[in-house]
This record gives sequence, C-alpha cells and structure tokens, in this order.
Amino acid sequence: MLLLRFLGSTALSLFAYLGALMFLMLETLRSVVTTPIRWRLALQQVLEVGFRSQLVVIVTGGFTGAVFAAQTYFQFHRLSMETAVGAVVAVSMFRELGPVLTGLMVAGRVGAAMSAEIGTMKVTEQIDALRSMGVHPVDYLVVPRAIAMMISMPILVAECVGIGILVGQFVAVKLLGVSGVWYVNYMLKFTALRDLQMALTKGFVFGILIVFVACNEGLRAKEGAVGVGQATTDAVVNGSLFILIVNFFLTMILNIFFPAG
Amino acid sequence: MTTEPPTPMLSVEALSKTIDGQHILRGIDLQVAPGQTLVIIGRSGSGKSVLLKHLIGLMTPTSGKVLIEGRQIVGLTERQLLPIRKTVGMMFQGCALFDAMSVEENVAFPLREAGERDPKVIRSKVAEALDVVDLTGHEQKLPVNLSGGMKKRVALARVVITRPHCVLYDEPTAGLDPVVSDSINHLIRRLQKRFGVTSIVVTHDMKCAAYVADKVAFLHEGAIYFYGDFADLMASEDTLIQDFIQGRSGDSD
Repeated sequence: MLLLRFLGSTALSLFAYLGALMFLMLETLRSVVTTPIRWRLALQQVLEVGFRSQLVVIVTGGFTGAVFAAQTYFQFHRLSMETAVGAVVAVSMFRELGPVLTGLMVAGRVGAAMSAEIGTMKVTEQIDALRSMGVHPVDYLVVPRAIAMMISMPILVAECVGIGILVGQFVAVKLLGVSGVWYVNYMLKFTALRDLQMALTKGFVFGILIVFVACNEGLRAKEGAVGVGQATTDAVVNGSLFILIVNFFLTMILNIFFPAG
Repeated sequence: MTTEPPTPMLSVEALSKTIDGQHILRGIDLQVAPGQTLVIIGRSGSGKSVLLKHLIGLMTPTSGKVLIEGRQIVGLTERQLLPIRKTVGMMFQGCALFDAMSVEENVAFPLREAGERDPKVIRSKVAEALDVVDLTGHEQKLPVNLSGGMKKRVALARVVITRPHCVLYDEPTAGLDPVVSDSINHLIRRLQKRFGVTSIVVTHDMKCAAYVADKVAFLHEGAIYFYGDFADLMASEDTLIQDFIQGRSGDSD
C-alpha cells in the first residue's frame, strides 16, 4: 500500500514536472510567433553559452577520443584488426559519445549558470519587477537563451566530435603505430553524412532539453539562497538525466532516418 | 443634475487570498481616487505586501475583484496584463534593480522596452528621471556599488521614467536611516505633487505614513481594521491601533 502510494505520488509529480516543461515550451513558441525577438540578448547568450563553452567541450572530446582509440586498439590488436579503430572511434563519436558528452558538459556548465541566474532574479523580485514593467519573463529571459542554445549546441557537438576523431587518430597512428593510410581509409568507408546529421540533430535536441529544464528550474526557484541552490542542482541533475533517457529513444528514432552504415 | 463621481484609479472588492490553507487576505474592500495617496500600515505578516502584489496582478486572488481605472484585471492572462501594468509602476522592497546593468541602463530599461530607440531621447529622459530623485552623476555605477538609499532612488527613477498614473511602494523606507527615510518621504510627496500620480504606500514606518498619507488603511490579520484620515488614526482609542502606533508588544521581561 505504502509502495503504491509512493509510486503514485512519484508518477504524479513527474507528470506535473513534464507538464510545467511543456507549458514553458509552448509559451516560448507563442512568444517567438507573437512578439519581436530580442536578437541582441540572443547574441549575448550565444557568446555566453556557446563561445565560452568551447574549451570544456574540446577537452572532453579530445580525451574521450584518445581513451576510446586506445581501448579499442588494445582489444582489436589481439585480433589484428587495429586498422578498424578509426572507423569505430569516428562512428561512436558521431552517433553517441560526441552529442551525449557535450550535452552533459553543457548541462553542467550552462544549465547551472542559467538556473542560478534566473533563480536569483526570481528570489530578489527582479522577475516581478520585469512583470511590473509590462515585460513577460519568457520573452526577455527564456526566448534569447533558447535561441542561443539551438544555435550553439550543434556547433559545440561538431567541435567535440571533430577534436575527438583527430586526437583518436593521433593516439592510434602516432602513439600506437597503426597504419595511417588504412586507418583513414576504413574511417571514411564506414562514416557518412548521415552520421554527422545524427550528431547535429542530437545536439539540437539536447540544447532544447538543457535550456528548458534550466529556465524552468530558475523560474520556479523557491525563496532564499537554499531555493536557488536547489534549483541549480535540479537543473544539472534533471538536465543530465533527460539527456541520457531521451538519447536512447532518439537513437532508435533517428536510426530510421539516418541508419548506421 | 448630479455628476458621476470620477472612476477610482484603483479599487478592490471583496479580495481574499488563501495560501496553503492559510487566509492571508479576508475580503478587502478599498478605493483610491486619482491623485490620492493611500498608506497601508500594519504589522509584519498582516498581508500588506501580498495585497500590493494583487493590485498589479503579480498574484492572483482566491476570490474578489481588482479594478485598475475601472478595468477588472482578475482573470486576465499574463499577456493581457502586460499593457495594463505599464500604467502602474511598482517600487519593490528590495529595489529589484537588475544587477548586471548600470544605473543608467536600469532607469532606461522601461523606456527601451516601450520601444524607444533614439539614444538622445533615452539619455535626456534618464537624466531627467535621475534629476527628480537627486541622483545625477551616478549613471555608470552598478547597483552593488550603491548604498541602500541610492538603490531606492534608482528604483524610483526607473518607475517614474515612463510617467505611470499610479505608483505602488512596498516598504519604501525599510532598512534606511532616518535622514535618508525622510528624503524618500519627500520624494514620494514630490512625485505626487509634480506629476499628480496616485500612490499606494505599504509601510510600518509611522513617520512615513504621517508625511505622505491622504488616507490610511490599517491592515490586521488580512482585513481592514481602520480606514480614514491619519489624524483620526492617531486620535483613535482602540488598543490595537494605539499599540501599533506606540510600538508596544504587550510582552514583559
């Protein structure tokens, strides 16, 4: 009975949460259609979330590519298949590792910052001040951030993947002695435009997830410093979980449109 | 022939608010005539700030009506409320300045949002608004570098720059020293005289009430306990009112 009640209340709060997210997305969509977009703010956010996230994403991509190439080499070497390492690294970076790891890093860096900023504005009545001056918080705060994320995330994913593949190649060819010509040959043979399309689509969707989870947490932040802290934690944790969960379904769906070679 | 009384700037009918089973407001009725200054006093937790937030639809009542210049605002969506709010300015207790923006940008914000793009016009209007609150020369400072009194002045300049018909003040003198409080009181009066704005001031500062009030409403446990002239409030023999005026808690050591 107790278990049933627990499951029931968990399901209810999950639905309420998803409902709030949907509501925020619809309000954002309505804002984009009915009110002029603040492009200056959107551009400022591209600089903030996109440009300044590059280092984190590049380091993540580089070291993931490096370690993935090394591990694959150690396994494939026993079967004398080490020339296939490039293909494995490239396909994995494009289809899974690049988008997911970029998503997780950006959820940590940008999602936290967004929810903390908006949450602080909420608890210091700056959001009420916006409303009192006849400015809708979604128009002013959410729309520019959503646009910035939709522009930035695919680019960040592309950078992560590109660096990962390059570093992976360096590790395999220069450090572990795999034949460079064959490495590149197999890599090109098993990757195609569809892999890039999948990476960019995933990046785009993850960007949307991160920005709406973060803005929703910020706008719903409860009073005080504790409320802002909680909102920030929830933005990162929920954003990351959403990325991992949605990624599975996205893989299954996108595989219909961009089937693995 | 009788003339119609003018439409009240703001009126509230049977306004009630319940939050988590707690009755914060219990059937409030109030009317504020154009150009009048109403001071709402009461102890902390009596529902003053909640009442003020209902007046521009920042909170939705459980039941009752709020009318701004004769227009009912309860039940309107957030987007429908936006244009109405532009006629009513609000000064928040914590000032609610945008901390990433300079004084000038803060004050210019409502103008820019109203569609003003000409930098010359913006600059001259900002200068004028800062002059009203005696804050010329601090345009480039960030809110973190301002004292409490200066922040209140910037908040006030940001409110008056769009010439609202009505200004709501949430504890305008809270946390300020007596001298700065006095200057804020003068400012409230000056705005009322110079621009004829209707003002609603929520406070528990009796000096402030004495200086700015045309009418006083004493809020107690979510209901209006007294409404009338300030002199009548002072002359009241009611113990609850006298305890508030004299600052007596009734506790003993």
